[in-house]
Amino acid sequence: MPGRALLMDFAVTPTSHRLADYRARGGYDALRKVLGTMKPEQVTKEVAASGILGHGGAAFPAGRKWQVIHLDDGQPHYLCANADEGEPGTFKDRWILEHAPHRLVESMAIAAYALQVRHAFVYIRGEFDLPYRRLQAAVDEAYEAGLLGERILGTDFSMDLVVHRGAGSYVCGEASGLLTSIEGRKGYPRNRPPRLTVKGLYQRPTVVNNVETLSNLSAILAMGADAFRRIGTPKSPGTQLVSISGHVARPGVYEVEFGYPVAKFIHEDCGGVLGGRALKCIVPGGISTKVLTGEEIAEVTYDHASFAKAGSGLGSGGMIVVAEGTCMVRLLQVMVRFYHHESCGQCTPCREGMGWMHRLVDGIVEGRGRPGDLERMELIAMANDGTTICGMGDACGYAVTGILAKYRDEFEHWIAQGRSKFDGRLEIGEPEAALA
Amino acid sequence: MKHLIPEFEKLKRRYPAGFESSLVLPCLHRIQDDRGYVADEDVDGLCAWLGVPRIQVEEVLSYYTMFRRSPVGRWHVQVCRNVSCSMRGAERLIGHVCRRLGVEPGTTTADGRFTVSTVECLGSCGTAPVMVVNEAYHENMDAAKADALLEGLK
Ligand SMILES: Cc1cc2nc3c(=O)[nH]c(=O)nc-3n(C[C@H](O)[C@H](O)[C@H](O)COP(=O)(O)O)c2cc1C
Ligand code: SF4
Ligand code: FES
Repeated sequence: MPGRALLMDFAVTPTSHRLADYRARGGYDALRKVLGTMKPEQVTKEVAASGILGHGGAAFPAGRKWQVIHLDDGQPHYLCANADEGEPGTFKDRWILEHAPHRLVESMAIAAYALQVRHAFVYIRGEFDLPYRRLQAAVDEAYEAGLLGERILGTDFSMDLVVHRGAGSYVCGEASGLLTSIEGRKGYPRNRPPRLTVKGLYQRPTVVNNVETLSNLSAILAMGADAFRRIGTPKSPGTQLVSISGHVARPGVYEVEFGYPVAKFIHEDCGGVLGGRALKCIVPGGISTKVLTGEEIAEVTYDHASFAKAGSGLGSGGMIVVAEGTCMVRLLQVMVRFYHHESCGQCTPCREGMGWMHRLVDGIVEGRGRPGDLERMELIAMANDGTTICGMGDACGYAVTGILAKYRDEFEHWIAQGRSKFDGRLEIGEPEAALA
Repeated sequence: MKHLIPEFEKLKRRYPAGFESSLVLPCLHRIQDDRGYVADEDVDGLCAWLGVPRIQVEEVLSYYTMFRRSPVGRWHVQVCRNVSCSMRGAERLIGHVCRRLGVEPGTTTADGRFTVSTVECLGSCGTAPVMVVNEAYHENMDAAKADALLEGLK
C-alpha cells in the first residue's frame, strides 16, 4: 500500500457499492453530522482549512473556489461533479463511480449544503455504461432512503441530484464546456472572465469539481480538517488515486499518499516495468503533462511541489509507464492525433495548430520529414500557449515540447535516416503468437 | 419518438424548471437506444416537444461522436487506439479484427452484422487493450479473446 488510504479503505465485494454496505462502513454519518451540527459557512471553512487541491488536473484549491460563492446573493447556485474522465491514461474516477458511488453522492450532498445548491449534477462521460448504472442506482437508493430530495434526513435542507450523460467529447471535460453541454448545446468552452463561480450554469454561480475532489469531502468532514492535513504533505494534503498503465507489471488504480516516493511506487507497489525492462520515462499525469525520464524521477516524491521541481505536474493522476525500447516519435504521433481529433475548433491556434502538428509528425513517420520540422512544431506549440479559450491548446504544446526536449535525437534520426531508431515500437516484449 | 414522450416528461421533472434545453442530450441518448440512430423524424419530434430550434439539435448531433444519424451494424465494435492501449497491442488488435471481419475501420460488414470503429481512450487504460461492443467493455483483449467474442455474436 503506497501510504494511508482515504477512498480505497474497504474491500471490493459484489455488494460493496450498495447503500447498506456503505452505511455499515460509516457512510452518511458525515452528512448527518454536517446537516445536524454545522452551518453552511462552517463547512466551506473546513474544506478551505483542509487545503485539499483539485484532482481534475489543475490542482486548484477547492476551498478558494467555493469561497467565491456568496450564500446571500439571492441567486440559485449550481454544483457539478466532473465525471467526464477523458484524459488518456486516466481511469480513477471510474473506480469511484463503480465501487464507491455513495461516497460521491454523500459528498455532493455535503457540498450542496455548504454552497446552498438545490440542483446538483454529475456529468458522466457517455461511454461509461456500468459506472453510469452504478451511480444512478446509488442515487435512486439515496432518494429512497431520504438522503437526497426533499428535507434530507428530516432537516430543512433539500436538494436534487441529476446524473447527466455526455456523448463523446473530450473537451466537455473542461469545466465551461461541460456546463455548455449540460445546457444542451455543443460543448464549446467559454472565455473567462466571467468566472464560472460568478456566471456558470444557466448564467448562475456554479462550482465544478472533479469526482475525486468531491469524494474526499465526506472523509474531510468526518475526520476534520486538522486530521486530514496530517495525511500527505503540508502543501499537498491527502491522497491521490493514481491510474497507472502502459508498460507496467501491475496496472490499475492505486491510492497514493502525497509524499510517497515515485520510484518505489512504480518498482515495488506496481511490480516494476513489464518484462523486467529498464524504465525509459513516465507520462506523469495524463498525456497533457510533460514526460519525466527514469533518472529524473529517481528522487521525486508523489506531490505537487516535487513534480513541479522536476519540471512537470501531477495532472489528473494518470501515469503511463514507458519501457526502454519504445519509439517516442510514434508515441507523440498517437498523442497529437488525439488532440487534433478532439479540438473543438473554436480557436484558430488550436484548430489549425493541432492539425499542422499532426501532419508534421505523420510526415516524419511516413519518411517525409524535413529539417526544420521540429522547430516548426515548437513554434506552433509556443503560438498555442496561453492564446486559446481553454487549456487544450497549452496541453498539446506541453506534450510536444516535453517529448522533443528529451528525445529530440529520435526525431532527428527518423528525419535523417527515414526510419525509427526503435522500429516504431509502441509495444514491448515479444508479440504474443496469437496476435501476430 | 412520440412513444417516448411520457418518459421524457418524467425526465423533465428532474431538471430545474425552465431549462428544457438541457434535455436535448438525454433525449437523444434515449432515442438512439430505441432506434439505433437518430432519424429526421426524431429531430422534428424532439424540436417540437422541447421548443428548441432545429439547428441546435442538428449541431449537437454533429458535434458529439456518440450520436449517429444512420444505422450501424447490429454489433458496433469500437477498439481503443490511444496511448496506453497502443502500448499494449491495440494496433495489432485493430488489424486482426478488421482482417477477420473483412472491413476497414469505420465501415460495416456486407451482412450488416458488424461495424468496426477506432476510438480514443475509453477510460480503461489499466486493462488495455480495450474494446467496447455495443455498450459492454471487454478488457485485456488479445486476438484469441477477440475471436471468441466475435464468434459468439450473431
Ligand atoms: C481539455 C480539458 C479537458 C479536461 N477534462 C477533465 C476531465 O475529464 N475531468 C476533470 O475532472 N477535469 C477535466 N479538466 C479540468 C476542468 O476544466 C476543471 O479544472 C476541473 O474539473 C475542476 O475540478 P477540480 O478543481 O476539482 O480539479 C479538463 C480541462 C481541459 C482544459
Ligand atoms: S483551445 Fe481548442 S479545444 Fe479549447 S476552446 Fe479553443 S479550439 Fe476548443
Ligand atoms: S488508452 Fe485505451 S482505454 Fe485509455
